[in-house]
Amino acid sequence: MAKIEGPPAESPVTAASIPAIGHGFRLQWEKAQNAHVLLYAEGMVTLNGSAGAILSQCDGRKSAAEIAAELQHTYNQPDLGDDVLAFLRIAVDNKWVQLQ
Amino acid sequence: MNAAVNAVNTDPEPAVAPPFWLLAELTYRCPLHCPFCYNPVNFAAIKAELSTDDWIRVLREARELGSVQCGFSGGEPLGRDDLEILIREAHALGYYTNLLTSGVGLTEKRIAEFKRGGLDHIQLSFQDTTKQTNDFLSSTKTFDLKRKAAELIHKYDFEMVMNCVVHRLNIDHIDKIIEFALEIGAGYLELANAQYYSWALMNVDQLLPTREQVQRAEEVTQQYRERIGNRMRLLFVVPDYYETRPKRCVNGWGTTLFAVTPDGTAVPCHTARMLPGLKFPNVREMSVRDIWYHSEGFNHFRGTRWMQEPCRSCDERFSCLGGCRCQAYMLTRDVNAADPVCDKSPHHAVVTDMVARANQPRDPDAPRKPLVFRGAEESLAHGHDA
Ligand code: SF4
Ligand code: SF4
Repeated sequence: MAKIEGPPAESPVTAASIPAIGHGFRLQWEKAQNAHVLLYAEGMVTLNGSAGAILSQCDGRKSAAEIAAELQHTYNQPDLGDDVLAFLRIAVDNKWVQLQ
Repeated sequence: MNAAVNAVNTDPEPAVAPPFWLLAELTYRCPLHCPFCYNPVNFAAIKAELSTDDWIRVLREARELGSVQCGFSGGEPLGRDDLEILIREAHALGYYTNLLTSGVGLTEKRIAEFKRGGLDHIQLSFQDTTKQTNDFLSSTKTFDLKRKAAELIHKYDFEMVMNCVVHRLNIDHIDKIIEFALEIGAGYLELANAQYYSWALMNVDQLLPTREQVQRAEEVTQQYRERIGNRMRLLFVVPDYYETRPKRCVNGWGTTLFAVTPDGTAVPCHTARMLPGLKFPNVREMSVRDIWYHSEGFNHFRGTRWMQEPCRSCDERFSCLGGCRCQAYMLTRDVNAADPVCDKSPHHAVVTDMVARANQPRDPDAPRKPLVFRGAEESLAHGHDA
């Protein structure tokens, strides 16, 4: 029988998607790593600054567009919409976030 | 003597990172009798369990040191009626909290309280609940119990992970075990061959599967993987007696794991307290930080400086780190020996002999040495010779 597990399907993340931290994952700030980390059963991902900033906004209420707007404001940056979407696609594929 | 050793062994001292994992073995008490139990054979003689306050202090100190994962195990951790308190405390401290349980004694009241307290993850182990290991797969009691536990785990929205210790007597039914895990909705199934320590070593002749059995089981597992895709992840761990290189001990002695046994003895690996001549401190007397960084028990086998030949000059020494110290000691009576699973070890024949015995044809009618099931009486009877 053929393998079902193919390459990851294109994640359907759009500006209107509402991301939340994935089931079984936990996001927190770790003093020891001086970074945000994602904890899951038996493991941990240490996040870089922008990944940590985006995931901290994934509260299951804000849309991807709203998250981008919020970060643009906080970090005084021009349009971050594409960066946020690109990261959220990776995050969905890794199950770090799920779409509401 | 140290100077002489260092003159030859110029490997750098490893930089010591904080322990990633805190394993809290809350109790050796357990209602089950697994013949492969990894608790010390003399567990029944070890009585004085840490108090709730002691455990809370250990949780806090390890967290301050940088631990992020906390596992509650045993014995059966549900045997502690302060488990709810400890989970709540661990969660509040910022640990990712894991409960490793057989599910015996799991009630709705308790699991609801675990959820409220912030428990993140449950690993349900699948094993016989009766002493009839031979036909445990037909024992409805086993299945009913796991089904009930699984229902509760789903109802309270925990990710469900299942773990099954595989051995000669159940390995031919691995398909049934996989089917059952699928049926109860596990997201992940770990099929780990028994490791031959403590109780399992006493029973090695009855538990070590044949090479053919292992191959067949691996094939069946692979077929399931292909069939079910990512509906459930499957891990199959080969018994290391069938390998020629040993595994690292818990990802490297004193690198990742800080385990605390029920009476407070701290060890860098679950089974390390069997090693003679090494003093392992008790958390009642020493802080977690001092134990991790400054105790002899944790420092002695860190890195590669302790090694003797053939490990000392071996170019693979940084990857396997000489293998498991307990296995080396159990099978060669020398704590500094290469793990005899390694085919470079002069003692490798101990392992190949056991494998040869396992692969000899057996007369099904011949009288067989009975399995020794884990239990308090058996512990008192065999405790001294393990
Ligand atoms: S291996 Fe079996 S007997 Fe040992 S602690 Fe676990 S469930 Fe209990
Ligand atoms: S000789 Fe020692 S270091 Fe080398 S592979 Fe074998 S166990 Fe590992």
